[in-house]
Amino acid sequence: MAQGPLLDTNSPLNAEQAARLNELLATLHNDQMTWISGYLAGLAAGSGAANAMVSEAITTESLPAITILFGSETGNAQGLAQLAAERAQRLGFQANVANMADFRKSDLKKVDNLMVVVSTHGEGDPPDPAEEFYALMHGRKAPALKGKRFTVLALGDSSYENFCQTGHDFDARLEALGAERIYPCVDCDVDFDDPASDWIDAVLECFGKLTGAQPRPSNVVAFSSRSAEKTTWSRKNPYPATVLENIVLNGRGSSKETRHIELSIEDSGLTFEPGDSLGVVPQNNPVYVERLVETLGLQADTAVAAGDDRASLHAALTQSYEITTITRPFLERYAALTESNALQALLREEAKTDLRQYIHGRHILDVIQDYPVKGLAAEDFIGTLRKLPPRLYSIASSHRVAPDEVHLTVAAVRYHSHGLNREGVASTFLADRIVEGETVPVYVDSNPNFRLPTDPQTPIIMVGPGTGVAPFRAFLAEREELGAAGRNWLFFGDRNFLSDFLYQIEWLNWRKRGLLTRIDVAFSRDQAEKVYVQHRMRENARELYAWLEEGASFYVCGDGEGMAHDVHQALLDIVREQGGLSDDQALDYVRRLQKEKRYQKDVY
Amino acid sequence: MNDISRPLEELHPNERLKHNSEQLRGTLRESLADPVTGAVTDDDTQLTKFHGIYQQDDRDLRSERRKQKLEPFYQFMVRLRLPGGVCTTKQWLALDELARQYANGTLRLTTRQTFQFHGVLKRNLKAHIQGINATLLDTMAACGDVNRNVIATANPWRSPVHRQVYDFAHRISQHLRPRSRAYFEIFLDEKPVARSEPEEPNYGRTYLPRKFKIALAVPPDNDIDVFAHDLGFIAITEQDELLGFNISVGGGMGMSHGEPKTFPRLADVIGFCRVEQVLDVAEQVMCVQRDFGDRKDRGHARFKYTIEDRGLDWFRKELERRLGYALEAPRAFRFETTGDPYGWQKGTDGTWHFTLSVENGRVADHPDYPLMSGLREIAKVHKGDYALTTNQNLIIAGVSEAQKSNIQSLLEQYGMVGTRRQSALRRHAMACVALPTCGLAMAESERYLPSLIDKLDVIMHEAGLADDPIVVRMTGCPNGCARPYLAEIGFVGKALGKYNVYLGASFSGERMNRLFRENIGETEIIDSLAPLIRDYAQQRQEGERFGDFVIRVGAVKPMLAGRDFQQPTA
Repeated sequence: MAQGPLLDTNSPLNAEQAARLNELLATLHNDQMTWISGYLAGLAAGSGAANAMVSEAITTESLPAITILFGSETGNAQGLAQLAAERAQRLGFQANVANMADFRKSDLKKVDNLMVVVSTHGEGDPPDPAEEFYALMHGRKAPALKGKRFTVLALGDSSYENFCQTGHDFDARLEALGAERIYPCVDCDVDFDDPASDWIDAVLECFGKLTGAQPRPSNVVAFSSRSAEKTTWSRKNPYPATVLENIVLNGRGSSKETRHIELSIEDSGLTFEPGDSLGVVPQNNPVYVERLVETLGLQADTAVAAGDDRASLHAALTQSYEITTITRPFLERYAALTESNALQALLREEAKTDLRQYIHGRHILDVIQDYPVKGLAAEDFIGTLRKLPPRLYSIASSHRVAPDEVHLTVAAVRYHSHGLNREGVASTFLADRIVEGETVPVYVDSNPNFRLPTDPQTPIIMVGPGTGVAPFRAFLAEREELGAAGRNWLFFGDRNFLSDFLYQIEWLNWRKRGLLTRIDVAFSRDQAEKVYVQHRMRENARELYAWLEEGASFYVCGDGEGMAHDVHQALLDIVREQGGLSDDQALDYVRRLQKEKRYQKDVY
Repeated sequence: MNDISRPLEELHPNERLKHNSEQLRGTLRESLADPVTGAVTDDDTQLTKFHGIYQQDDRDLRSERRKQKLEPFYQFMVRLRLPGGVCTTKQWLALDELARQYANGTLRLTTRQTFQFHGVLKRNLKAHIQGINATLLDTMAACGDVNRNVIATANPWRSPVHRQVYDFAHRISQHLRPRSRAYFEIFLDEKPVARSEPEEPNYGRTYLPRKFKIALAVPPDNDIDVFAHDLGFIAITEQDELLGFNISVGGGMGMSHGEPKTFPRLADVIGFCRVEQVLDVAEQVMCVQRDFGDRKDRGHARFKYTIEDRGLDWFRKELERRLGYALEAPRAFRFETTGDPYGWQKGTDGTWHFTLSVENGRVADHPDYPLMSGLREIAKVHKGDYALTTNQNLIIAGVSEAQKSNIQSLLEQYGMVGTRRQSALRRHAMACVALPTCGLAMAESERYLPSLIDKLDVIMHEAGLADDPIVVRMTGCPNGCARPYLAEIGFVGKALGKYNVYLGASFSGERMNRLFRENIGETEIIDSLAPLIRDYAQQRQEGERFGDFVIRVGAVKPMLAGRDFQQPTA
């Protein structure tokens, strides 16, 4: 963010222009500023590309043009692409950000220098919006890319088996199509800030060297809502939000524990849109830390590295490192410290299935018990761990309605496996270890791919079983506040009607007031046969299709493994049957919805 | 007068609701099918009552669930229409199973001789009603502004006269039953048919101003508290032959605290009718109330206020005008008790009947007392019937001499005889349901009375009165479901833990009690009653009942007329 007001002395503007711009700036939120920044840059370049998000900055003949192409589902890759563009522009590159969702073969042919930022989801799948481009690139119609230069930044989560798979696929494929890799592919784990930043700088240096021209800082003022460097509160500098309320939403006798947590962000200046997530920086359970330290035979007060600082082993394991989830990189590093052939064997390519079975339901503590290392130094153990990643929770409140608060809907993860009671780090941090009045470190994680329609008349269909209902509570609150006339249809599901109908009173009130046009519910355990939201969709296929035909947007939030897939399949079947379409046509129909941003997902 | 002759707009909103309900259909079908709430719409909650179904919620969980953003734990109380209170053992087994399948696993024997299920969820309601229908029973008109379950002195097996009176309970119930097909369409999936005739020739579109209760007594038993009902028939016999009935009108228990214009009232005997006139009399009495009852103020809409306001003479004339003949003068009769004869009794035909005291009418398996299981086992072998009493007790009726020892051993096996549960005080105690399900309750009743009886029992034992019955009744609010104003010791809830204490009703149900202490808690209850009980033990005259004793010694003055019940100076 530009510091202080614009003046005739610190800008090329005259005093009147500066004053008028200051006046305008005061009314803008971050997304708007980002858009205007690109718009003006486009105007200056004479391209007329008024709708570019961030277009060329001041052109420098001697530096090459770079296209930063992102494939993003939750917005992280998009944010990094924008960050890269800003840095490139400041150095004098022509930098252009493009989204795989609307990137065509012909666009690719025009590109000479390509920076790809792409995330991986599920079992090594590309982000939803990038699916079509991914298919194009990996199919027979993929263009030859001889003479072009590329590099890839792969985002992922090392606790998944096919870590960064999509990035690796693009990296290999671009090379196979004839392009030249000017910088090796970099994998980023959930804590991506530093490696991504390093990658950007290194890649821009490579591009700079290509022409021999000296990159120079430009005087363009760039705005970004995404840049971790520029917002006051961020992943790296979270805001301590006070817990106002922390209650269990499930009634007596429930098999679940879903919490409603209200945090105060009063005076933080944090803003968010419906659809955004809140990043929560959790701490590990000290009981678990103590058990780990004891099992390792280490002293809790040994000083070790903790991020950029040093701290006691106990503090570092509580606050800085992931100590439960087993990732392959951890196993590789840990295996290097052991003399266990068994563990080494488990890491061989052929043993993938065995490894998957071993990891399932186990934590780092199990590895240490199963494959102990004699005389392991605290610092060496720390070296095997990855940073404790923040967790994202879809925000369940509207900033417009409750500007001083953020509401979350959090399912406490607790289960038993391999003889031990286990728990999710962040959910139980929120559920058990933070009481009302204490603070939680948080930041807003914007999700531009999960947004209410811009037209308040547009009907919306929301599918949000379990905690997936959270953003739809924000959606409805927002639409009510704005007086949006569009119809609203919610599909909700959980286990039992009596105890698990999250926010039941609120839906009933919204229905009574006419805001919630329809609500269909599926409680899986209230009858002999299991019933889920996708069954309710199918039961209402005719009407659902009619809503889509009338321009409705379709949203899915919640479990990404089973539910989102089943809902997707139900949607495909509904448009095929109701529209009298072939399989391919149905696929096209749904793809078109995605392209038009009328089918959005927030799944986890 | 605010009777049915006034325009609908000037009457209570419920009148318009009934009028517009398409004869009790309303939007019940839609309400039942709405899966987003466990409730039916507010309007429909009024209509379900006519079908024997009361929407309630677990009040213990209300505020907890509100905080959890969950609606109240809505559930339904389902009450059967069971004129005369008899079911076959096969029906008992079916109801027992329905209670465990769809309700809270218990059956409740009510003060009006029928069964209540509690805790039925909306989504199970239809299946539950269909299950009841499958055993040839129904819940029609068990609540609502209609003629309610017709009750009769318990156990038709006792004598031919009892059997005849029992049959009248059935015939009256059938005669005054609503004719709307709503119940069949909504709960039993009957296809609606077009009709040109009005569905309800008697009730019309607005039914009655309020509930209407009929009871039939066979003297000397007044187990059914005949004077507590809108209309009573007191059997008059001559040499074991039923000649007809004395007719009593204008009884009713309900009142509101602090509103002297509301009061419990005992019915007046106005004449005698012969057996062939009974149905006609029942219908015409009800129709007078239909046409003259207050339809604006539901707190003043019971028949007793119509009688009180217009007078008995007016009523007798109006009734006789409608009947087309004059009533004969009442015949002599004598009541001795409102209680049940416990244990084994032999009927006139030589069969045996065992009256089992069921505390507060709750048939459940308690940790130390598997009552429900025991009754289920007996039902599997018993060849007679099960008869309910209006004191919330159960009679195993029609046991042959040969079967008696078998039943006796089952009674012993399940702890139904010979335990402390059978103390005289406890056997003569009744409590309404109250918290947590009854929406009207101001204080505990069923959940509290047993522990209060424990404490009073200690005093009774110490005073040497262990085997002397005193009629004790408790309700959680002043509406009178357990007929507390006819108890020798009546407790009526005012707030959590606080009760009005009333004393001095007669043992035979012919005189109401009077306020003794207002708004007191348990300590004061014990402290104020203990000396009276001790004095009673020492100073009572031969055969003197506690309710008469407290008047003789001046603890309270006798209550002579309901209109004085809440008058501070009376």
